[in-house]
Amino acid sequence: MTRGTTGRWSRRVGAGVLATAAILAIAAPAVAPYAPNEQFDDRAYAPPTRVRIFGPEGFTRPFIHPLVLEDRLAGRYREDRSVMVPIRWFSRGRLVSTGSASVPLMLLGGDAVGRDVFSRLLFGARLSLGVTFLGVIGALGIGAMMGGLAGTMGGRVDGALMVVADFLLAVPGAYLVLVLRGVLEQVLETWQIFGLIAALFAVAGWPHTARGVRAIVASERTREYAEAARAAGAGPWRLARQLLPAARGFLAVEVLLLVPALLVAEATISYLGLGFSSAQASWGTMMQDATANGYVLARAPWLLAPAAGVFVVALATQMMGFNRTPPLPGFIRPPRPS
Amino acid sequence: MTNGLTRFVLRRFTVAILFVVVVGSAALVLVRLAPGDPTDDLFMRGADAETIAAARHRLGLDQPIGSQLARWVAGLTRLDLGESSRFGLPVAGLVADRMRNTAELAGLALLVAAIVGLPLGVVTGTRPRSVVGRIVTIVSVALVCCPPIIGTLMLLFLAASTGWLSIAPGNFVVPTLALALPLAAMLERLQSQSMAEAFAAPDIVAAAARGVPVRRLIWIHAARQALRPVLGVAGIVVATLFSGSIAVETMTSWPGLGRLMLDALLSRDLFLVAGCALAGSSLVAMGNFLADLLRASVDPRVGQPS
Repeated sequence: MTRGTTGRWSRRVGAGVLATAAILAIAAPAVAPYAPNEQFDDRAYAPPTRVRIFGPEGFTRPFIHPLVLEDRLAGRYREDRSVMVPIRWFSRGRLVSTGSASVPLMLLGGDAVGRDVFSRLLFGARLSLGVTFLGVIGALGIGAMMGGLAGTMGGRVDGALMVVADFLLAVPGAYLVLVLRGVLEQVLETWQIFGLIAALFAVAGWPHTARGVRAIVASERTREYAEAARAAGAGPWRLARQLLPAARGFLAVEVLLLVPALLVAEATISYLGLGFSSAQASWGTMMQDATANGYVLARAPWLLAPAAGVFVVALATQMMGFNRTPPLPGFIRPPRPS
Repeated sequence: MTNGLTRFVLRRFTVAILFVVVVGSAALVLVRLAPGDPTDDLFMRGADAETIAAARHRLGLDQPIGSQLARWVAGLTRLDLGESSRFGLPVAGLVADRMRNTAELAGLALLVAAIVGLPLGVVTGTRPRSVVGRIVTIVSVALVCCPPIIGTLMLLFLAASTGWLSIAPGNFVVPTLALALPLAAMLERLQSQSMAEAFAAPDIVAAAARGVPVRRLIWIHAARQALRPVLGVAGIVVATLFSGSIAVETMTSWPGLGRLMLDALLSRDLFLVAGCALAGSSLVAMGNFLADLLRASVDPRVGQPS
C-alpha cells in the first residue's frame, strides 16, 4: 500500500467514526435503551449484559439471560441460564430493549446506582459533543473575524488584537475556562450551562485561530487582487471578506485541533464540578462518578466508557488530519544490514 | 552581537513580569465583580451585621475596586499578597508550598517528556518506514489522544487492578506519567515532522555534501535544527502542561495550586485566588522564559535584527 492510500483510508475511517459518533449523539433518545437517569434495582456495578445468539436449540434470535445478584456485599452477579429474554427491536420508540424493567439490557454494565452506562454514554455524548461543536464554531467565528480584522487593518488594531490574543494564549486554557466559569453564577439550568460553557470555549479558543488567520490574511493583503479591491474603494470589512477565503484550509485544520481540546476541557471542568451538574450525564460527570471510589475501577472497568469515548473521538480527528510526511532526501540512506 | 541578545532577554523578562502582574490583577478584579463575597460564609453562620462589616473592612471589600487593586499591586513589591479570608493567613505562605508542588510535578513531567519524546522524534523523523519508526509512530499517535485526564483514569485503573503502581497521595509516579506521556508523544510528533523539514534545509544538504558522517548529521546537525520549530511552540506546550496538571492534581490528590485555587474561587477568597493566579502565571512565565533562552541557544538568529 502506498503512502497516499494510507492517508486516504485514514481520513475516511476518521470521518466515518466522527459521523457515527455525531449520529449516535443526536439519535440518543432512540438508540439508547433507557433514559440516562433511570435506575434499576439490584444493578449497582452490574457487569455488561451478554447478548447471546446460541440457545439450547442452537442458533436463535438474540436473547439475554437475566442477572441474579448473588452477593450484595461483593457485588457478585450470575446469569440465570434457565430463563431466556428475547431482545426486542423498535419497541416503544427504542432501537433495542428487553421489554421488561426487571431484566434490563445493560450493554456497558451498570454504574454505582444501577443506571445503564451505555445509555448514559449516548446521552452524555449529546452534552459533551454538543458543547464542543458549539464551542468550535464560536472559536472559529471569533478567531476568523479578529484575525481577518487584524490582518486587513494592520497598524494599531493589529497590534492591540494580537497582544490580547498572545496574552490569552499564554494562560493555560483549563484555568481560563475554570476561573471564568467560577466567577459566574453557579446554579443554572442545563441549557444555560450548555450555552455558557460553549461561550467560554469560544473565548478560550479564538486566539489560536486568530493568530493563524492573521498571518495568512496579512500576507494575502500584499497580493494584486487585494490591491485591486482597495483601489476599487473597498473598506476594511469588504477587504477582509475578500481575503478570508484564503484561510479556509487553515480553518479546517484548526477544527481538528479544537475538537479534542474542547472535549477534554468539558471533561475537565465537569470533573472538577464547574461544568454540567452531576445530575446530568455528560462524559465529564461520568468520569467523576467513575473515580468516586478508587477501587471501584478495578471491579467495574466499564465505568471508563466516557474516557474511551474521548479517546476514540480524539483519535478519529487525528486520523482525519492525517498528512503524508514529505519523502526524505536520498542522503539519509536506509540502515545497512549489520 | 551580544547586545542584541541581551536586549532580547531583557525584553522577554519585562514581558514575563507584566504578564504575571496582569494575570494576578485580572483574577482579583474578576473575583471582586463575581456574585457573592467571602463574608457570605460568616452570614450563613449567623454572624451579626457588625462582625460582617468588620470582616469586609479588613478584606478591603468596602473600598472601590480600583484602589484595592492599586494597594494589592503595591503590596507585590513587598511580596505581600494580602490575607486569605477563609484561612485567615497571609496568602504568600499558603501559596508558596503549593506552587513548589505544582512546579515539581510539571517540571518532572516536562523533563521526562523531553528525554523520551525528542530522541524518539529524531528516530521516527529519520526512518519513518522502519519497524521501530512505525511502532513508535502508532504508540505516539495513540498517546497524543490520551490527554492527562484520560491517562490518569487509565493509570488509576491499572493501579487498582494490578497493584503495580502506587496511588497513595503524594506518590509522584501516576501524576507524572499521566502528564508526561501525552506530552512526550506531542514532542515526538513535532520533532519527527520538523526533522523531515530539516533534512531538506540547504545547510544540512551542504553538511552532507562535506561528508559529515550520517550519524553526526542526524543527531547533531538536523536534530538541532529541527528543535527550533519545536521550541517555537513552547508557549503552547507550557500552557498544555499546566492545563493538564489541574485535572491530574485533583484526581491523584497532589497538593498543587489547582485545587487550592478552585476552592478559593468558589468561596470568593479573592486574595487567595489572585495569589494562586500570580503563582501559576509566574510558573508559566518561567517556562516560557526558559524556552526563549533555549531557543536563543539553538538559533543564532534569535535577538538579531532581521
